[in-house]
Amino acid sequence: MPRLLLFIPLALFSILILFLWKGLSIDPRELPSALIDKPFPAFKVEALLSPERKLTTADIVGKPVLINVWATWCPSCRQEHEQLLRIAQENKIAIIGLNYKDDRTAATKWLTQLGNPYQFNIYDESGMLGLDLGVYGAPETYLLDAQGIIRHRHVGVVTEQTWQELQAIIKSWEKL
Amino acid sequence: MIPELGEYALILALGFSVILAIVPLYGAASLKTIWMEYAKPLAKAQFFFMAISFACLAYAFGQDDFSVQYVANHSNSQLPMQFKLSAVWGGHEGSLLLWALILSGWTLAVSLFSRGLPLDMLARVLGVMGIIATGFISFLLWTSSPFLRYLPRYPRDGADLNPLLQDFGLIVHPPLLYMGYVGFSVAFAFAIAALLSGRLDAAWARWSRPWTNVAWAFLGGGITLGSWWAYYELGWGGWWFWDPVENASLMPWLVGTALMHSLAVTEKRGVFKSWTLLLAIFAFSLSLLGTFLVRSGVLTSVHAFASDPERGFFILVLLVLTIGGSLTLYAFKAPNVKSESSFGWFSREMLLLINNVFLMVMAVTVLLGTLYPLLIDALGSGKISVGPPYFNALFVPIMGLLVVSLGFSTVARWRNTSLESVKQQLMLPGIISLASGLIFPFLYGDGFNVRVFIGISLSMWIITTVFREFKGKFRSTTSITEKLKQLSPSYYGMMLAHIGVAVTAIGITLVSVYSEERDMRMAPGDTMELADYQFKFLGTKSVKGANFVADQGTIEISLDGESVVTLYPQKRRYNVKKSMMTEASIDPGLFRDLYLALGEPLADGAWAVRVHYKPYVRWLWLGGLLMALGGIVTVFDRRYRKNDTQKQGVANA
Repeated sequence: MPRLLLFIPLALFSILILFLWKGLSIDPRELPSALIDKPFPAFKVEALLSPERKLTTADIVGKPVLINVWATWCPSCRQEHEQLLRIAQENKIAIIGLNYKDDRTAATKWLTQLGNPYQFNIYDESGMLGLDLGVYGAPETYLLDAQGIIRHRHVGVVTEQTWQELQAIIKSWEKL
Repeated sequence: MIPELGEYALILALGFSVILAIVPLYGAASLKTIWMEYAKPLAKAQFFFMAISFACLAYAFGQDDFSVQYVANHSNSQLPMQFKLSAVWGGHEGSLLLWALILSGWTLAVSLFSRGLPLDMLARVLGVMGIIATGFISFLLWTSSPFLRYLPRYPRDGADLNPLLQDFGLIVHPPLLYMGYVGFSVAFAFAIAALLSGRLDAAWARWSRPWTNVAWAFLGGGITLGSWWAYYELGWGGWWFWDPVENASLMPWLVGTALMHSLAVTEKRGVFKSWTLLLAIFAFSLSLLGTFLVRSGVLTSVHAFASDPERGFFILVLLVLTIGGSLTLYAFKAPNVKSESSFGWFSREMLLLINNVFLMVMAVTVLLGTLYPLLIDALGSGKISVGPPYFNALFVPIMGLLVVSLGFSTVARWRNTSLESVKQQLMLPGIISLASGLIFPFLYGDGFNVRVFIGISLSMWIITTVFREFKGKFRSTTSITEKLKQLSPSYYGMMLAHIGVAVTAIGITLVSVYSEERDMRMAPGDTMELADYQFKFLGTKSVKGANFVADQGTIEISLDGESVVTLYPQKRRYNVKKSMMTEASIDPGLFRDLYLALGEPLADGAWAVRVHYKPYVRWLWLGGLLMALGGIVTVFDRRYRKNDTQKQGVANA
């Protein structure tokens, strides 16, 4: 019997390999979300800064917007924050925050301290909206057109380069 | 021309590693001395061609050869020379080339410092390392060659190195880290050689120990440096983020720590043999797994360079072959190694075993936290991410337990210890530790604090027990200097490393509890106060660097009216990538750092300014360096240099 015990590490490793192999076929960066070219999932969630205000899908349609998934526990969000502030300053598109599985006090403090690039923030405390949206982790950014259809998904930090790409997509709509 | 030479050299290196993987191992299995003798020259030839290959890539960077894709993607003509050269490992292909170069460097080192090693053991160790090299060089050549060209039309200038990586930290951090990762391949190769030959005695442990200690020291040094780099370069004063890439380096370090201690027991007492082998396999497996996680892009991370399923698949196959193969070998061969003695339930052996278990639990905690998002995803139950709260809630308490038992194992004796003697030795250290933990928050802060109490008590517990045991060494001697000389470098190394743990623990505790930070809108002339220091903002001016322009703030800091220092934090804009970087300015000190970063420009020349007061933050890295230094010191032990094993040789195998 003890001889069989020696196979335990091998067995555990085999299970791990199965998962890793599965993981390879799921590419977290590309993530052509199942929702691409589909409407943003319907929701009714509190706003971050004014809890009494209930936000719904109606608040995000009408013009193209960027939905930025962020949280105070996410260091990469901090990294992209300055870029978001710059995008907000350029005033070409509205950024709406999706505060994901976060603490309201901490998130509010974050916005006061670092500046607030968001028009408003959806306070997704339970992460249910994030789940509907297929959020892999923060930060993620979605580009929605005026009809509220998800047109592009970016996983990871928004950089100047990302912003150029996003602008190119928006420009291509204007040509149509 | 030069890049092609680099590619050819890499192909030749592959050729030599294939031969190295076959010939000496066959020789050892069939007792053919001449075949085994080939191991050393093959190791040298392999290193020679790897070095040429690496030098060719560095040359292409130095010459701004943008016809080479990898150079064009990671360098720029404006980049200062030292960063052009460090950009060699600033991306996926180059860092893998560095990985392979370091692997062949370790192989060379084993072949050079192996006089005491029996020929068959040497042949097996080098052969196993040849197998690993074969895998990695093939990976480079087939999926990630850094020498590919853009032809005929190549870019006029390069896309530049990520500004985050244009820093002294990046010049040193990856090589150190890789020295550690890859260094565990030596311990791994020794373990496989032991399984193959069925020979695992005190001599075997003595050969493995210095290699393990050095690799562990490099890895610890690399982690420390990485944490320091993140602190000053990322611009928000954090020093550990539980990022997958950080975790990937922490796991082999934890297992390596367990391995070092287990090897010590195996050498001194001839027990834990099969556990030691398993740890040696795990330590290197986790290094490989770390490489897989970082390189394949299965996890998203701040650090991830490339995400490429083809590469990921290749590494996965490598993982299956090396780890799967070695664990299979282990399962079949481990019963052949038998313990040579027994030990009591309360003894140093038992306590070290407990410590080992704690270290493994910590490693598994980190592993699960890192892979959990992936597991959930693979199971199809949605996508989630695990934040620092998970790690802090599990990791920190286990670390506390580990430290408590560390104190006990320091003073316990081999084989059997009487409870009475342990109690007698630890009474005073225990009281001192608890008292210091109790008093410190009153002296330093403004009242009792549980976290400080626990942190300081635990740190003092390590320090006092280490010195209690040290003092015990002098019980029966009259000449103190004589005894000091008699104690081995191994012993001093161990003391240093344990004190390093305490120093790091003090740093972590105090910086987590007593840090202060503030974000303020400051117009030129404004003054703010933080932790008794006054900060006066004198405005910003534009400055120009080699490849960036920056707004540079001037901030005068004074303490009670006396000027302390003037700091110049910058907000940089890099010309090529058009990316913004916050360059923090820090006034470092042993007991506190003052950390300044510019936030956003506001109206009328005012800026958002971020000020941090970080007490004892340096201790965290100082402790890391002490641990690494301790690891290095042990290698100077004379018993690793003795040739007394020469007489056992091939005939014995």
